[in-house]
Amino acid sequence: MSDTPKPQPEKPDAPVTDDEAVRGTTSTVTTTEAPEADPHDARGERSRSLLREIASGDVLAGVLAVLLAVFVGSVMIAATDETVRETAGYIGARPSDFFTAVWDAISGAYSAMFRGAVFNYNLTEPAQQWRPLTETLKFAGPLILGGLGVGLAFRAGLFNIGGRGQMLIAGGAAGWVGFNLDLPLVIHLPLAILVGMVFGALWGGIAGVLKARTGAHEVIVTIMLNYVAYYLLFWALTKDWLLKTPGSVNPKSPPMKDSATLPKVLGDQFNLHLGFVIALVAVAVAWWLLNRSTLGYRIRAVGENPHAARASGIDVGKTYVVVMMIAGSLLGLAGVNQVLGTVSSGVSLDLDAAIGFDAITVALLGRSRPLGILTAGLLFGAFKAGGFTMQTSENISVDLVLVVQSLIVLFLAAPPLVRAIFRLPAQEAK
Amino acid sequence: MRLVLRGITKRFGSVVANDSISLTVEPGEIHCLLGENGAGKSTLMNVLYGLYRADEGEIELDGEVQHFTGPGDAMAAGIGMVHQHFMLIPVFTVAENVMLGDETTGFAGTLDLGAASARVTEISERFGFHVDPDALVEDLPVGVQQRVEIIKALSRDAELLVFDEPTAVLTPQETDELMEIMRQLKEAGKAIVFITHKLREVREVADRITVIRLGKVVGEADPKASNAELASMMVGRPVELVVHKDAPTLGDDALVVKDLRVVDVAGNAQVDGLSFTIRGGEVLVVAGVQGNGQTELTEAILGLQDDVSGSIMLDGLELVGRTTRQVLDAGVGFIPEDRQVDGLVPGFTIAENLMLNRSFKSPFVKNGSLRLGALREFAQQKLKEYDVRARDIDSLAGNLSGGNQQKVVVARELSRDLRLLVAAQPTRGVDVGSIEFIHKQIVATRDSGIPVLVVSTELDEVVALADRIMVLYRGRVVGIVPADTPRQTLGLMMTGERPKDLKDVVA
Repeated sequence: MSDTPKPQPEKPDAPVTDDEAVRGTTSTVTTTEAPEADPHDARGERSRSLLREIASGDVLAGVLAVLLAVFVGSVMIAATDETVRETAGYIGARPSDFFTAVWDAISGAYSAMFRGAVFNYNLTEPAQQWRPLTETLKFAGPLILGGLGVGLAFRAGLFNIGGRGQMLIAGGAAGWVGFNLDLPLVIHLPLAILVGMVFGALWGGIAGVLKARTGAHEVIVTIMLNYVAYYLLFWALTKDWLLKTPGSVNPKSPPMKDSATLPKVLGDQFNLHLGFVIALVAVAVAWWLLNRSTLGYRIRAVGENPHAARASGIDVGKTYVVVMMIAGSLLGLAGVNQVLGTVSSGVSLDLDAAIGFDAITVALLGRSRPLGILTAGLLFGAFKAGGFTMQTSENISVDLVLVVQSLIVLFLAAPPLVRAIFRLPAQEAK
Repeated sequence: MRLVLRGITKRFGSVVANDSISLTVEPGEIHCLLGENGAGKSTLMNVLYGLYRADEGEIELDGEVQHFTGPGDAMAAGIGMVHQHFMLIPVFTVAENVMLGDETTGFAGTLDLGAASARVTEISERFGFHVDPDALVEDLPVGVQQRVEIIKALSRDAELLVFDEPTAVLTPQETDELMEIMRQLKEAGKAIVFITHKLREVREVADRITVIRLGKVVGEADPKASNAELASMMVGRPVELVVHKDAPTLGDDALVVKDLRVVDVAGNAQVDGLSFTIRGGEVLVVAGVQGNGQTELTEAILGLQDDVSGSIMLDGLELVGRTTRQVLDAGVGFIPEDRQVDGLVPGFTIAENLMLNRSFKSPFVKNGSLRLGALREFAQQKLKEYDVRARDIDSLAGNLSGGNQQKVVVARELSRDLRLLVAAQPTRGVDVGSIEFIHKQIVATRDSGIPVLVVSTELDEVVALADRIMVLYRGRVVGIVPADTPRQTLGLMMTGERPKDLKDVVA
């Protein structure tokens, strides 16, 4: 029934709410503590409970899911490698050739990924050697922002699939400000960012309002709003008075003015721009919001048990609206990050670069906790950065990265499978 | 059929739910398993029924060791289970429900409903159940639905019947009828395991009593033992079963409810023209079988119902039309009937749960951020004051036992300045020791001059707490009677009948 261990000997009247499924993947770990006070000393007890949390919980599940996905990815790399297939033909005669080929294929792929994502040891100049890491950070920025947007909504029990739409609307709005206005940088850039956030918030808020007022399910609403946003942006990109470049036939806006472009933070030789710093700030703000603010307290209460929240005087509907607006503004920031930073050559229909959906994976892997999302975002950023090098130097399709990412989600969604594979103590099925 | 359980041990992680439990049930015997919630009774029965596999020990039926891999095996071996929550399909007829899972089919898989009907009628007549095989289950009263469950078990030739807390949903009359049925089954030679934590029922029907505490068999008790003896065996210490309370010091009219009407989403009036008054320092207990408007009444007071008309005045302040937050701010304390749903956030720590209804203002909030220090200090103090058995204030509420969870709710609600306390089923699913504590807290609240509205379906609790008793039936008042009204009269009133010589008390 549920994937978290629930060792209650007798559960008199456990209510199964319909958001149990969502909670199952996002809730904190249920530790197996006995109700009675334990006589053991506090420190030993705490370390044991930490151990239990990691052993029984999502941290370990996340790490294992990543490992497992990377392993399956390795099998795929080996299976599709030319040399491996050739040597497999005479494996009976010279098995060592086969195993060497397998090893070469896999180690080649992952060392290429390492060179592309962290540190290129083939180069000599230190700045060039470390350049891949800055690329990873550049890719991680919007993933972290988007992951926070999805994760925050998760914590309120909402499944925000509308990241794409929220990014498109925010990117379009920020882009319009970015190429249309003539302002000094200190005003222009913040204004463009702010406008993007506001539009993202409003777009996300639509789903929140519909959920609060009519009970419309946010999954369906946000998915549909993705289409609406896409065609709205398409339309805007065909109108000269909105986003279209006058005289051009392509659905693309003029490039951003310099005064509205996110500045490079490590000088012009690196692509890393201010967007990553914004993402780090957003992680800190989200952490404070969730763990230290009253609003975050209410968001968590609504997410964990909306009935009790309501009976305690918390306006559940209002919380839904607010949390969807914050989520929208964070995904809006991800869109802004693209339009004003990574691809400042103009607003186009593919500005979201599938980040709106990757953000869901990041949030899942990060267990909807800001620091977890930061880690997961960095990992996925590294995948993105390294995937290109893997393709160019080892001729392995960049789609493999997508496969690995998808496998991570699959393994995360099936903890019993992961447990079975790693022979972790099985949970009693009810 | 003779059942022998030998050294059954069942662990969930580090928790030992059953610790080497041995038990013998003879044919023609009602064997009572008595124990508090969480003692491990249901786990044991789930092991017997094949839902859990025991880590150690064996199950023996008529001298043969059994290895059940699922309820199907257990049923085939002659074990029938009557669950606390009925496993019936409401839109099916009685006969259809009885045959479900064991359908006799004719040509090309057509259902042989006639045979099923005949079977129901036969069993029904043999034990005097009075069940119509063609009635839809959803139209039947709860007590009759339970009989359908029993018929279902008997139709599979069950020789051992397990009743898991069967009286929780029954009226006192239906409970008496069930006891009668159990006696008949016993005389027919069936072995019966009766799981309960209600002492009165145990003493009424049990031939043998086995008391379980914390997963272990504490010992056998004599059915003639007194309630106090049984209770102290269950809890492991002497327990006060009767709440000591002095005569009430009545204040002015505090809560005045007039012509209250609550309509549900389907358009049915769940509360239909209620009027009553509670004075300061008085406990009014709302008695009645569950589902007769009690839930809607308390939720209407709290502003949790949408369609409410009439008037609820608390110290001159109209509560109808206010939001839940406004009602709470007006000084209403609320112990909801289902703490797992409305009372607690299971994934929150004890400390976090203690501020659930105070997330907007001081003392735990300052400028939009949490005052964790103040909250921790408060939680430490309440943990001690309310005797919540938990490792510390950072334990998750969902991991506490029912009694401790309820103490957290009670601590939260009684820690504010109250002008009214609404306590719905304050001790449901709570162990005997905690019941004693919670009852004392409710009486203390009353004695401090606060009006208290208690909703209870347990007659023991009704009688123990009440200064006056209001009996509800189908959303209407049957009568408001003094606390010393005989149980039989109350039981009758709970079925909607009003004794002719009944005198209402007004204040």
